[in-house]
Amino acid sequence: MSLNVEWQRSDYSRVPYWLYHDPDVYAREQELIFRGPTWSYLCLEAEMPEPGDFRTTWVGDTPVLVNRDRDGTIHAMVNRCAHRGAAVCRHAHGNTKVHTCIYHRWSYDLSGELIGIPFQRGIGGQGGMDDDFDKTEHSLRRLRVACYKGIVFGTFSAATEPIEDYLGPMMCGHISRLMCKPLRVLGYQRQSIHGNWKLYLENLRDTYHASLLHEFLVTFGLDRATQKGGVEMDARHRHNLTYAHAGSDSDADAKAAYGDHQLNSDKLTLRDPRLLEFRQEYEDDRNLAISTMFPNASFQQLNNSLATRQVQSKGIDAFDLVWTYFGYADDDADMTDHRLRQLNLFGPGGLVSMEDAEAIEIAHRASRHEGPDAAAVIEVGGKGEISDRAYRVNDVPIRGFWSYYAELMDIEPEGAVR
Amino acid sequence: MIAAELRFAIDDLFADYGACLDNDRLEDWLELFSEDCVYKIVPRENAELGLPVTLMLCENKNMLRDRIVSLRQANEYSVHTDKHLITNVRVKDTTDDGGYSVEANYTMYQADNEGSGSLYSFGTYIDEVVHDGDAVKFRRKIVIVDNWSIPHMLSTPI
Ligand code: FES
Ligand SMILES: [Fe+2]
Repeated sequence: MSLNVEWQRSDYSRVPYWLYHDPDVYAREQELIFRGPTWSYLCLEAEMPEPGDFRTTWVGDTPVLVNRDRDGTIHAMVNRCAHRGAAVCRHAHGNTKVHTCIYHRWSYDLSGELIGIPFQRGIGGQGGMDDDFDKTEHSLRRLRVACYKGIVFGTFSAATEPIEDYLGPMMCGHISRLMCKPLRVLGYQRQSIHGNWKLYLENLRDTYHASLLHEFLVTFGLDRATQKGGVEMDARHRHNLTYAHAGSDSDADAKAAYGDHQLNSDKLTLRDPRLLEFRQEYEDDRNLAISTMFPNASFQQLNNSLATRQVQSKGIDAFDLVWTYFGYADDDADMTDHRLRQLNLFGPGGLVSMEDAEAIEIAHRASRHEGPDAAAVIEVGGKGEISDRAYRVNDVPIRGFWSYYAELMDIEPEGAVR
Repeated sequence: MIAAELRFAIDDLFADYGACLDNDRLEDWLELFSEDCVYKIVPRENAELGLPVTLMLCENKNMLRDRIVSLRQANEYSVHTDKHLITNVRVKDTTDDGGYSVEANYTMYQADNEGSGSLYSFGTYIDEVVHDGDAVKFRRKIVIVDNWSIPHMLSTPI
């Protein structure tokens, strides 16, 4: 199976719409990206503090079971019984000593080893399995696991580079900043969006949209195109960080740039401004820092709202988004309340994030039946070289996403920009 | 047992609640809450795990007002029409200060701009209702969402 993509430009400033809507492309993504030489976000270590604690999740559309073994090691395995393919673990969270599939009760230990087959020798010498059946050949399929600063990553490929090399100094730096102390998980939000998963990964790399689509951000000065900020990428341009500095522009700057009609900041005020209060927690004064790792996760700080986001592809037309919110273990009650209050900004109903789902759904719907020549235009911040920008009006990291995507999918154009 | 009239007033409050939301009368909907109200939308998952994360958290009426102002003026969301069906109303208890703990189940359907629709949300309201002048109002409304993976997006309240 090979894929033929006619790229109009080698710098990915044109992306054919059919790539979001083609079943063969999707099948190849699962094989070459999600089960390929990439690290995927699985969960946080803080979600499974005790031996036996488990979580089920997905890597692309492969079901995955993650748990902590008795010696403290975290294992991840495909949540699919080695017998006839049923999901072994049917719960989202829990604690267990052993995972038993309900269908025929095959059981697996916390490392995924098959340890029990009912009636393996039959009853009274009748039935059961042949003598040559070797249990050790039928464990759950394991992923390689790496923990970095309390985040659990998994990969299906033996060829994937070590996690710190995969993330690179930029992502490691941002993750270290966010995960600077022991965490306390505050809970989850989940969302089912009717669009192709890549549209969301692009959205997270699109700094241009943030202060246009999300009027709340602009109106209340949380993120404006006129602020000091920009984007940074890793050396391979597959991950990205978008950041802004609070209060680095004035209402007057913003007004001059946006024109009066676009800016409501004079007319609108919040009756309860605690929603917008920024308590500086890190050495720098960035009030917004959201990094996105290829292929499935994002790590965010907006003011004092902290979360990870995980993308789970559900076929061409849909993906689920799981938001895991956290604070630090040493937060006092007031700080926890503050974080919970600011959570109004994010998630499926977030005042600065609800629009993303709508933007993705209308882009997905309207681009569905386009011919091979129709393509998205991605050249805000210029064409050609893919590189960091110290300004907000750009979508360059989207081209970085596609350049690494094309490399993994083996569809790079001649003279591809990386 | 509470008086039949009070029971009717509580039923009417739920009916008004649904009608205001279904007819985009968010400002009228706001007036069904007392000034010291709390409004939360909670994924059932978190409720069961004992985790405090909500999908929407308004700790007072001003935060509810801010939500509505933002929806009207600073948010873009799907073009939709809702229909709330609120049933199984149970007046469970009286509170120390003369209010009532009330629970009800809800389903909420949503139709899009081309007239296609689906079941958008279902769950339970865990409420506190109080006398406010001649009226009864919500002092607390906690929406526990059973289908907690929110389809599309969450804009107007549930
Ligand atoms: S499918 Fe799991 S035991 Fe048979
Ligand atoms: Fe966005």
